Amino acid sequence: MGQRTPLYDAHLAAGAKMVDFGGWDMPIHYGSQLEEHHAVRQGVGLFDVSHMTVVDVAGKDTRAYLRRLLANDLDKVGEGRALYTCMLNERGGVVDDLIVYKIAADQARLVVNCATRDKDLDWMESQTGGFAVDIQERPDLAMLAVQGPKARAFLQDLVCDDARAALGELPFFGFAQVGSWLIARTGYTGEDGAEIILPGEKAPALWQRLTDAGARPAGLGARDTLRLEAGLNLYGNDMDDGVTPWEANLGWTVALDDPDRDFVGRAALEAQKQKDHPVLRGLVLEGKGVLRPHQTVHTAGGEGETTSGTFSPTLGQAIAFARLPAGTTGTVEVEIRNKRLVAQVVKPPFVKKGQRAYKPV
Amino acid sequence: MSEIPAELRYRQSHEWVRVDGDVAVVGITDHAQDAMGDLVYVELPDVGQVFAAGDEAGVVESVKAASDIYAPVSGEITEINEALDDEPELVNNDPYAGGWLFKIKMADDGELKEMLTADQYQEQIDSE
Repeated sequence: MGQRTPLYDAHLAAGAKMVDFGGWDMPIHYGSQLEEHHAVRQGVGLFDVSHMTVVDVAGKDTRAYLRRLLANDLDKVGEGRALYTCMLNERGGVVDDLIVYKIAADQARLVVNCATRDKDLDWMESQTGGFAVDIQERPDLAMLAVQGPKARAFLQDLVCDDARAALGELPFFGFAQVGSWLIARTGYTGEDGAEIILPGEKAPALWQRLTDAGARPAGLGARDTLRLEAGLNLYGNDMDDGVTPWEANLGWTVALDDPDRDFVGRAALEAQKQKDHPVLRGLVLEGKGVLRPHQTVHTAGGEGETTSGTFSPTLGQAIAFARLPAGTTGTVEVEIRNKRLVAQVVKPPFVKKGQRAYKPV
Repeated sequence: MSEIPAELRYRQSHEWVRVDGDVAVVGITDHAQDAMGDLVYVELPDVGQVFAAGDEAGVVESVKAASDIYAPVSGEITEINEALDDEPELVNNDPYAGGWLFKIKMADDGELKEMLTADQYQEQIDSE
């Protein structure tokens, strides 16, 4: 038996099919992954993401420590803002990707992946030398994601006055603390919405209130097709310890502006930036079939490989991310069961505001 | 509980067969479609192709994964369910009727005896 979130019983009551995910018993779907996907694109979907690892960093050197640990620069945002970033090893490989919430000059919260929990906590501890910081995992907290074009308005009708006001004012990637809740305008679906981090014992009542009001529970299956359509990477598929942000379409999360900021992995990244390196691109299959991870891609410049792939419920055709030789453009051929099928090379996201959004490369 | 019609024969890999004279109609079971989740693509053999029992004859793909379909008996494909090209979800919604996959003209109907009965198939999925 795996670990259970505080919403385990709620999932079973909602008819979830449970699977092991990084040591947790999590809902893969509640009957139809496709219907859950469409509910998030068109209305309001509700995800239990309490398996994610929440880590609080506090102490007078919080700023300096995180500017060393993270490839993106926390100085780019003010208090009350979140930032998407990677933490890298010395070779520039991605230890994990995460969202960091800047609470105060001496306090931040990180949400990292559950499958990399042990490695991440060890890594974060190993980098504290010389910094006065305290690192505290928060297994007492649960996390719900309310996602969809109608999600914020929906949520506003169901929460206290302070939370309603906060939700109305939050910019994209902004967050507010209301009592014991942290409410952030973040997500992993490409839709508007909010993620709420709250004490585990309060999660079942909130889940009940949201589902009673019509939010559709959505499982990890829909979460995966939604994030892929939105052009969002998945750690372990699209990047890992041996892949740099340049090779994972994550260059936009690397802040090199401040020449004095010596973050872990910087030297390796600067060296690689000067050279040709593989790149992560989107693929859209022109005909019928389904793209999957680890399919071979034949390009004019050599072979590449898909890292994530699925059937896009919104587009009605197969999409993928693929690591390809530098400079690959136009069309490529993907090997599926000994056949070569033509795919277009594109720049993700594949879907934005529920519509086809990718651009040819 | 998934449905397992008593009059059909089953293969361990979750195909079912309905015998109609010397033709075997083939599909995948309710249990199999439920385990796979929403189907989004079905790759069927060509009419006229000849298979031995146990050969790969097609693929069903759900949002989650791809799964091979094996010919439960030897013979020649006489018809495929072309409706699945546009509506693969028929396999989810109606696995034993509208969601059939293909028909095989059997070379040796003795092979049917080697397939599982409904009770045997039920035992297999109970033990999975």
